[in-house]
Amino acid sequence: MMENKMPKYSEKELVSLKEEVNSMWQLVLSQLQICKQAYLAGNTELAREVVIREKSVNSFELSIDIGCENYMALFAPVAMDLRLIISLIKISTTLERIADFADSIARHVIEDSTIAPEAMREDLKVEAMFDAAISMLSDSYAALESEHSKLSGKILHKDEEIDKLYQEGKKYLVDFIKKNPEKGACALDTFLILRKIERIGDHCCNIVEEIVFYIDAKVLKHKGIKTC
Amino acid sequence: MNIVETQDINFYYGAFHALKNVSLNVATHSVTAFIGPSGCGKSTFLRLLNRMNDLIPDIKLEGKCLVNGQDIYGKGVDVDELRKKVGMVFQKPNPFPKSIFENIAYGLRVNGIKNKKFINERVEESLRGAALWDEVKDKLGRSAYDLSGGQQQRLCIARALAIKPDILLMDEPASALDPISTSKIEDLIYTLKAQYTIVIVTHNMQQAARVSDSTGFFMLGELIEFSDTKKMFLNPDKEQTQNYITGRFG
Repeated sequence: MMENKMPKYSEKELVSLKEEVNSMWQLVLSQLQICKQAYLAGNTELAREVVIREKSVNSFELSIDIGCENYMALFAPVAMDLRLIISLIKISTTLERIADFADSIARHVIEDSTIAPEAMREDLKVEAMFDAAISMLSDSYAALESEHSKLSGKILHKDEEIDKLYQEGKKYLVDFIKKNPEKGACALDTFLILRKIERIGDHCCNIVEEIVFYIDAKVLKHKGIKTC
Repeated sequence: MNIVETQDINFYYGAFHALKNVSLNVATHSVTAFIGPSGCGKSTFLRLLNRMNDLIPDIKLEGKCLVNGQDIYGKGVDVDELRKKVGMVFQKPNPFPKSIFENIAYGLRVNGIKNKKFINERVEESLRGAALWDEVKDKLGRSAYDLSGGQQQRLCIARALAIKPDILLMDEPASALDPISTSKIEDLIYTLKAQYTIVIVTHNMQQAARVSDSTGFFMLGELIEFSDTKKMFLNPDKEQTQNYITGRFG
C-alpha cells in the first residue's frame, strides 16, 4: 500500500494543538524564571510582570481544553493520537497549576515585607531548588518535543533532589523558629515558598508521567521512580 | 474456550495469494472484528468460516480451519449443516421477496420443520432476538420490501437466528445504513453475544472499537495484529496497525 504523502487534515490539527501547548509551556517556563529572579532579588517590578502574564496562561489552558475537546469530538482519535490528546489536556492543566504557584510566589514578593534575608535563602538553597524545578520543566518540554521518554528518569531524579532540599529546609526553619521566635512569620512565609517550589517539582513529575503515557503507553502514576 | 481455531491458513484465488499464514482463534460468546483496507483479505477470511468461498472457481486453501473442534474443510463435512451452525449476514440487506413472516419461516421449512405452532413461536423469538418484533408484529404478512433498510437488515439477522446458529458472521452489516439503524445493529450485536459468537468485518473502525472484544487487522492478506480491542485502539503493538487506525495510510 502506498503511504499518503499529502499532510492529513487531522494531523495538521494535532500539530497545531501541540504547538499551542508548547507556547504555553514556554510562557510558564518564563514565568518560573522571572519569579525566581523576582524572589531572589526582591524585585517587585519583575513580580508584577509575572502576575500580569498569569492571565495569558489561563487563556492558554482554556483554549487548549476547547481544542482537545473539539479534536476528540470531530476526529475520534485512537492509539497514539488518543494518548497525545489525553496527555495534552492533562499537561496544560498541570502547566496552569505550576503557573499559579509562580503567580503566588510573585504576589508574595509584591505584598509581603517578610522576605527571607539573603543568608537564610543561601542556607536553604532556594536558588538551587528553583533551578532544579526550572530544569525539570525545561527537560520535560524537551522530552515531549523529541518524543524521547528516556529523559524521564533524569527528570524524576531531580524531583528527589528538590524533595531532599525541601526536607532539609523544613528542618532548618523549625530550628530557626525555636532560636528566633520573633522572626517566626518570616520563617513561615519562607517555608511556604519552599513548599510551593516542592509542589512545582511534583507537578513536573506529573507532566513526565503524561509524556511517558503518550510515548510508551506506560502508566507510571503511583508506581514510583523505579518503573521508568 | 475457542469456537473457531485456524492454523496457517493460505488461500488463493487462482494465482492470487489472498491470505498468508493466518492463524487466529475466536472465543465463544465474543465479538471479533476484522478491519483493514479494501482487498486485504478480511472478507475472504470471514467467508472461509462457513465455506462461502467454495462457490468461487479456481480457489485453493491450505491450513486448518476448525469450528467447534471440527475441521470444516475435512472429508465428509456437510456444508449445509455447517451453514446452519455458522449463519451469515451481508453488507446489503437481502430479504427474500416474501412476507416478513415467510422470510423467517422459510429457513425452518427448508430444514423440514412443519409444525405451525413451533414455526410461529420461532418466528416471534427470532424477531424479538433481532429487536424487530415490536416494529413488525402487526404486519407480519406484509412484504419484507416494505421495511426500511435498517429493518430489512435486522430481518436478515432474525432469519439467520431462526436456525439457531452458534456463530453469526457479519460482512459490513451496517455500512449501507443510516446512523440510527447502525446504532440499533450495534446494540443488537452487543445483546446477541450472550447467546452467539459474532464475527464482523467492518470498514468503520469506531464501530469495531465500540462493538468488539477482539480485533484483527489485516493487510495485504496478512493478519498483522490480533488482540484485545481496547489494547489495539489505545496501544497497538505494530506500527502498521497504528498507521492504519490513526488514518496515516492513504
